[in-house]
Amino acid sequence: MIRVRLASIVLAAAAVGTLLAGCERPPIDNVQVGFRGVGMEQNYNPRLMAAVIEANQPPAPLEPASADGPKASAVYQNVKVLGDLSVGQFTRTMVAMTNWVAPKEGPEAGCLYCHNPANFADDSKYTKIVSRRMVQMTQNINVNWKQHVADTGVTCYTCHRGQPVPANVWFDPAPLKHDVTGMLGDRALQNSPAASVKLASLPYDPFGPYLAGDKPIRVQGDTALPTGNRASTKQTEFTYSLMVHMSDSLGVNCTYCHNSRSWQDWEQSPPQRATAWYGIRMARQLNNEYMTPLTGTFPANRLGPTGDVPKLNCATCHQGAYKPLFGAPMAKDHPELGGGGAALPTAAAPAAPAPAPAATTGLAPATVFFAVGSSALTDEGSKVLVGLASSLKASADAKVAISGFHSAAGSLAQNQELAKQRAFAVRDALKAAGIPEDRLVLEKPMQTEANVSGEDPRSRRVDVAVR
Amino acid sequence: MAQYQPFSPPYQNLFTQVQVTGPLHDGPPLSTERETADRQFGPVSSWWLGLLGNAQIGPIYLGTLGVLSLICGVVAFQIIGWNMLASVNYSPIEMLKQLPWLALEPPAPGNGLKIPPLNQGGWWLMTGFFLTASMLLWWARMYRRARELGMGTHVAWAFAAAIWLYLVLGFFRPILMGSWGEAVPFGIFPHLDWTAAFSIRYGNLFYNPFHMLSIVFLYGSTLLFAMHGATILAVTPYGGEREIEQIVDRGTASERAALFWRWTMGFNATMESIHRWAWWFAVLCPLTGGIGILLTGTVVDNWFLWAVKHGVAPAYPAVYPPVIDPSTLMGVKP
Repeated sequence: MIRVRLASIVLAAAAVGTLLAGCERPPIDNVQVGFRGVGMEQNYNPRLMAAVIEANQPPAPLEPASADGPKASAVYQNVKVLGDLSVGQFTRTMVAMTNWVAPKEGPEAGCLYCHNPANFADDSKYTKIVSRRMVQMTQNINVNWKQHVADTGVTCYTCHRGQPVPANVWFDPAPLKHDVTGMLGDRALQNSPAASVKLASLPYDPFGPYLAGDKPIRVQGDTALPTGNRASTKQTEFTYSLMVHMSDSLGVNCTYCHNSRSWQDWEQSPPQRATAWYGIRMARQLNNEYMTPLTGTFPANRLGPTGDVPKLNCATCHQGAYKPLFGAPMAKDHPELGGGGAALPTAAAPAAPAPAPAATTGLAPATVFFAVGSSALTDEGSKVLVGLASSLKASADAKVAISGFHSAAGSLAQNQELAKQRAFAVRDALKAAGIPEDRLVLEKPMQTEANVSGEDPRSRRVDVAVR
Repeated sequence: MAQYQPFSPPYQNLFTQVQVTGPLHDGPPLSTERETADRQFGPVSSWWLGLLGNAQIGPIYLGTLGVLSLICGVVAFQIIGWNMLASVNYSPIEMLKQLPWLALEPPAPGNGLKIPPLNQGGWWLMTGFFLTASMLLWWARMYRRARELGMGTHVAWAFAAAIWLYLVLGFFRPILMGSWGEAVPFGIFPHLDWTAAFSIRYGNLFYNPFHMLSIVFLYGSTLLFAMHGATILAVTPYGGEREIEQIVDRGTASERAALFWRWTMGFNATMESIHRWAWWFAVLCPLTGGIGILLTGTVVDNWFLWAVKHGVAPAYPAVYPPVIDPSTLMGVKP
């Protein structure tokens, strides 16, 4: 009997130990962030926060330099950015960048991390070309993405933290062995304990589809009964994995941005959700307009398993803090990087992310439906377009964006061509109705294919949006 | 009434402390000689299993249905297992380490209800077929064995309730939605992630009234189970564990148990009705749950908004400044 009793005690102890092994040791602080009793809370572990706070301290700012004296572009050669600064300011920025990005001693660190010691104007090191582009990127963030970074802004240090390559970057994942081409063992892009999704079995690459591509993130419908939202449960898992990444990167719970009783409802959401919304678009733009075009510039050892450039996500800047460096306003000490709301000193800033708002037209968008496999306008569709054309003539400023879609049945290549032909048919009909061509913009949608399988009549359409 | 004298009796233990062993028995004779002899194993005796339950193992009756069910079950298990093993490049160590994460996924949503290529959901579809066949055959086997023993078929119908939920998740609802991709993956963590994603997609399953009912019956089942188990254990000194005898001939154990509940909550089950309560609570859990799943996405798209519409979900005072969906603002890229 003693043997049995002992065995059961050992078993029970082992079971309790196993169960608790996945837990976080207390204490946990709960901070109420919403109406009482609705579970809108943030959980923090002060013991773990101490390390995050320690890791998110800004360096001391450099002494300001005088704006007097000749401009850097007049003194140095091959100055393509920051040339409007005085030599003193320019030098200060270079010192700051060295401290932020390559502070270590050695033949390949400090100034020489980017510059050829024989000729500082020389562009032979890839790091110099990348740095120049990153200066432009920082300026773009501080000037054009105020909805996300506000006046706090960013500097090189926000991501780099004294490292040539920021600690948190992402690559397209290497294709798994035995993937779809094999006989069996397809993981369907998930079901692998991946750090990107905090070891969940969720899809392990939430970045490619959303922070480089622009796949739809929203999956919940905004009506009680089905009205055409065809987002799938699998698609939801991808959205979920992006959200896990955001939560992990910022060290916050879901309730930081959402009221979890109704994720999609903006009326119940904390205001941070809008900031995060811009953050997603910002990361997408920076990846597509700044990082990816540098693919040929980086040497092979800096590229990912599929030869793609290192790209950024929420963790690149945030590094576990709800605001990078807990909101330390480093950028105000560097107006040359666009910090402090100053106008850009150089004209090299890339195009603004948001197109200039169009004048309010009051015109309703229109949708034209098509028959299976056809790009010929139906009688009904022609009627819609005649109505649209007459209202377009009434408001001379309005432009329209024409986007073609197709159902999921059949081959994708054929279908995409079909969607294009449908868009052409609508454009030609509007042109024939007397709308000048420069008011008709063809816009390829993010996703032309329907989420629903088979012949969904709602997917055989052309959307005409009024701008 | 005799006072209960506290002592340390053998039944107050996780394990059977005193095992009574006697001659092993084959049970009542069956209708045919062949059935009595066919594919039966045992009986044998196991002291270790006797610690938990009855020490007698067997006779196990397999029969045609049992054999077919096992074959189908093994096929399904093998397909899942080999796919998992292939997904870790046939490394047994990685298979062990990653097992909770691994899964056999249903086809992509774009595939609809077509038969997909083997490695893009075809294996999943095949597994579903064999697993369903295995369960239905096992159900028929339970039904037939119960009838053979002259028993009621309560166990088979309780099992049918579970099969209903399984078929709703993996068969009926995907068909209604027009996509196998809506079904559940076979995997430990993956099916849990699927569950969370499912609730998120359809606007929070907690506002689904059938989900509420299912939870009531789930938690109710555990509560009833605990109350009943505790009551019977508490009256074992008076022979209370001999429930069947107590049903037929109510003894002092039954009287004490009944009075205990009348004292404490004014009402009591009978030795027979407590089992009816328990059976219905257990069976209604998957029955109502299955209805809730079947309505999700097919009839209701967002359960939270449904609950608002029908006065179930309350509104709370706004504590945040108004937030506008940025994608609705002019001049903002989607």
